[in-house]
Amino acid sequence: MVPFAGWNMPVQYTGISDEHLTVRSAVGIFDISHMGQFLVSGPASLDWLNGLLTNGVHKLAEGQGQYTLMLNEKGGVIDDLIIYRTGPADWFLVVNASKIAEDREWMRARLVPDVTFSDDSASFAGMAVQGPHAVEVFGEVLPGERMPARNGVTVFNRKNGGKCVICRTGYTGEDGFEFFCPASEGAEWWDSFIAAGARACGLGARDTLRLEMGYPLNGNDLSPERTPLEAGLGFFVDMEKGAFVGRTVLTGQKADGLPSKLAGVKVTGKGPPIRAHYPVFSKGEQVGELCSGGVSPSLGGAGIGMVYLPPALAAVGTEVEIDVRGRRFAAAVVKKPFYRRPD
Amino acid sequence: MPAAPANARFATSHEWILSGTEISPVGISEHAQAELGEVVYVELPEVGRQVKAGDSIAVVESVKAASDIYAPVSGEIVEVNEDVSANSALVNEDPYGAGWLFKIKIANPAEVAALLDETAYNAQAH
Repeated sequence: MVPFAGWNMPVQYTGISDEHLTVRSAVGIFDISHMGQFLVSGPASLDWLNGLLTNGVHKLAEGQGQYTLMLNEKGGVIDDLIIYRTGPADWFLVVNASKIAEDREWMRARLVPDVTFSDDSASFAGMAVQGPHAVEVFGEVLPGERMPARNGVTVFNRKNGGKCVICRTGYTGEDGFEFFCPASEGAEWWDSFIAAGARACGLGARDTLRLEMGYPLNGNDLSPERTPLEAGLGFFVDMEKGAFVGRTVLTGQKADGLPSKLAGVKVTGKGPPIRAHYPVFSKGEQVGELCSGGVSPSLGGAGIGMVYLPPALAAVGTEVEIDVRGRRFAAAVVKKPFYRRPD
Repeated sequence: MPAAPANARFATSHEWILSGTEISPVGISEHAQAELGEVVYVELPEVGRQVKAGDSIAVVESVKAASDIYAPVSGEIVEVNEDVSANSALVNEDPYGAGWLFKIKIANPAEVAALLDETAYNAQAH
């Protein structure tokens, strides 16, 4: 167990690689009760959210969700989150545990009339059921409930009055869903999903799975000093929708070029695992520091990581060296995701 | 769960060494390997190196993290286990046998005697 954003969370249950490969080949379940949930509603809510988030909130139909970012005035990332449209003017936001307070204060300070905002993080338990067999687990535990389409959301009320939210999203690159329920029912639901065949997975596998997909982890790969364009997340920025916090800086970067780019790097030969904060060298000069790094169980234990590099060095195929305790190991910039599902 | 040899003595930093020997293998405890999870890489000290008790002299890496391994006593490194370099899973499979890391020529047997026996080690490690 390790402390994580104010919670005590297991790094592993049976072993990181074992749990990782279970999610890639069958189905695993992660406790994500630490994550934050905000409810937003009201006639002015769509425009308000569009002014605070990078993606086009107006593109969401009821029942759909999207990955998006909330930026500071410098265009740097405060948080990455998923927003779901649960009604005509009703929104469910899932934010990072470590950023709940900061996100809440940022949003509350910018509230406008005709928008209702509440931080309901404490009232929800959450679990992510992930893997190619996730749909079967869903059918067994929730017979008769509708599984939302990819990135979609379904809200249903239990007979006892508790509200549950099912989101067809995740952080592993596999099919699956995230399930939020009243906190008091969390343990019971967890046991039901386990009984239906999902294997318990910890923070360790959550990190290796997301890293193989090149998904950023806020605090490691995203920071208030880097824009989503530098992080390679331009797909989730709608420059056409009008003003939003940070947009001016992004417009400038689009015109003048990016100061850095988040690159995926993979160790070329055999060597020690690479980890966050290890220095990255090019032609004898330090050019960056890994923001994430680890072992890729799906790629036979290859060392993979991400690093902000000067754009000239971020092209696929560029050779770099990674310093591990004073020794340098050859690596190359590779395309993300590091891992692709065999189809 | 593999039991430690009866003459194994433990450092609080989770290394074991054998008492009553001049040259002893050193490894990590069953508890330590279980906590680390699957070991994927081992970095061993140079043969001939003079070490002091508490020096960080090797690294055992699991998927989870890199962990420093400390010399449990002072002495000279006289041999390293090339088998664990090639097959680091030995550290998990047989921590008190084939998974030993290096051999140390013990400078002062009193340092070994001052370490914990298995019962005392388990009591503080759990």
